[in-house]
Amino acid sequence: MTKKTIIILFTLGSIGIVLFAPFFGMEKISLNTILQFNPNNVQNNIFWRIRVPRVLIAFIAGSALAIGGMVFQAMFRNYLATPFTLGVSSGAAFGAALYIKTGLLFSLFGIDGQTFFAFFGALLSIFFVYVLSMLKKGLSVGIMLLAGVAINFFFSGFILFIQFISDFTHSFQIIRWLMGGFEIIGYNDIYNILPFTVIGTIIIIFLSTELNLLTLGEDIAISRGVNLLKTKRILFFATSLMISGVISIVGPIGFVGMMVPHISRLVLNSSDHRNLVFFNIVFGGAFLVFCDTLSRTLIAPAEIPVGVITALLGGPFFIWLLINNKTQNNTL
Amino acid sequence: MDKVVFDIKNLSFSFTKKKILNSLSLKIYEHDFLSVIGPNGSGKTTLLKCLIGINTPPQKTVLFNNIPIEQLNRKELAQQISYVPQISEHLFSFTVKEFLYLARYPHLSRFTSTTANDKKEVETALELTSTKHLANRELNTLSGGERQMIFIAAAIAQGGKIILLDEPTTFLDPKHEEDIYKILIKIHSQLNKTIVVVTHNINNAILFSNKIAVIKEGKLFYYGSADTIVQEKTLENVYEKKFTFITHPDNNKKIVLPEVIKQ
Repeated sequence: MTKKTIIILFTLGSIGIVLFAPFFGMEKISLNTILQFNPNNVQNNIFWRIRVPRVLIAFIAGSALAIGGMVFQAMFRNYLATPFTLGVSSGAAFGAALYIKTGLLFSLFGIDGQTFFAFFGALLSIFFVYVLSMLKKGLSVGIMLLAGVAINFFFSGFILFIQFISDFTHSFQIIRWLMGGFEIIGYNDIYNILPFTVIGTIIIIFLSTELNLLTLGEDIAISRGVNLLKTKRILFFATSLMISGVISIVGPIGFVGMMVPHISRLVLNSSDHRNLVFFNIVFGGAFLVFCDTLSRTLIAPAEIPVGVITALLGGPFFIWLLINNKTQNNTL
Repeated sequence: MDKVVFDIKNLSFSFTKKKILNSLSLKIYEHDFLSVIGPNGSGKTTLLKCLIGINTPPQKTVLFNNIPIEQLNRKELAQQISYVPQISEHLFSFTVKEFLYLARYPHLSRFTSTTANDKKEVETALELTSTKHLANRELNTLSGGERQMIFIAAAIAQGGKIILLDEPTTFLDPKHEEDIYKILIKIHSQLNKTIVVVTHNINNAILFSNKIAVIKEGKLFYYGSADTIVQEKTLENVYEKKFTFITHPDNNKKIVLPEVIKQ
């Protein structure tokens, strides 16, 4: 198979997954029923009010997580460096756990309080990462990853503590949030994260040539005329918005941000971010839609949290890819 | 008198607490082929990085065409100065062509794609370096010598009048080393580029450049023509070792012989 056919197959497959995903589920739904848009029909409502928004949000989340991972991998020139490995998810989780424990119930501009807390938790840890990476002397990627591990442990410690002093219900709620998922998604959630992800994505698309130069190394990027500080700040800002917004709503879904950009790079066999961005959007979105479809159909009527699916699916696949990757480009 | 492109005035630069450059002053003239030599850790690379803003020098210590470089826009600077870093083990999944087009970055505006002129510059660079046959190869499948040639092609494609190179031939075999210098001499004489090469190879410096700057402990220790450096005890004093010279039969230039180590 040529490179072109593989790319076309992946793209068509991705589009197919997104189009067909809403038809899968407990309730069999035919094309005829949904095209009548009859608001009194149960199947029609299941399709348009539950499944479609769920597929949409899974797609948006998958794309955002994938692009976020791609940007961090390019900035740190290491595919282990993603918002997740650097501690962002644990920051968000800490925020969410704190909200659940305090028993506060509030919402602002129609956005749930838990979302706010998770959002600021994620921002907090991204800020840590940012400060560390901007230190005058500049830390190596290895040190940054270690710092990410430390941040993860730090927040995990907090979360464990919160769980320890919580009652059973709160504790279960926290664990469930940590698994990630799309159970109670409506169009409202889409409106909530769409601005974040659209703005973030547009910024990143505009900076894709800069991302290419950053993968060549900071020295080369500077010598080619990139304003490094400004570019990195904007990229951090764009990614923080996207990732924090997404995580705050769907929970910390692991692996997508590391795996999808890596697979994209292998499929395109290129580090050219002008193409990678679009491939990540399509493939990342479709990948999470696929995982979510599995999560709600495998043991229906019960649901497996989607974070469990991505991890179980992603882990072995990722290792298989690493072993089979003959070109050995372990770096970007 | 040629025009001064870089005027370095009392430049000091430190990493954390270690002083690397210690009030170094040096002028680099237009159309010079300058070799910068000196012991390991003397500050050669740091100096080079100060000239293109990878390191931020103190204000008004590095003037480019009489303007302090901190006042110049990064893209403007990159349009005039190209930089070839030390060979890194880092591999990239870019093709040679993609890599050369990335070198055109300082000439791109945000909302337009590459122009016919960019294409022309890339083609010229490939032709000059005789690397047309590599155009569609992946960078990470090239040999060390080929890769270095592509980096030099990128520096040419970037379009600057000045090319700074950091140990461009350190890991290359004699054939590829010669190839690299042939290209450098060609672009120096035919395209009138100013070339600054940091190197450990004293003979290359003597044979190919018209000026040599010697840096020791962050200071300019010697500056002059290639012919005078072998006349005095300069090299002995810089490297704190004995040097034996021999006259090259082709051009009667004095070059350095390796010492015989007695058991």
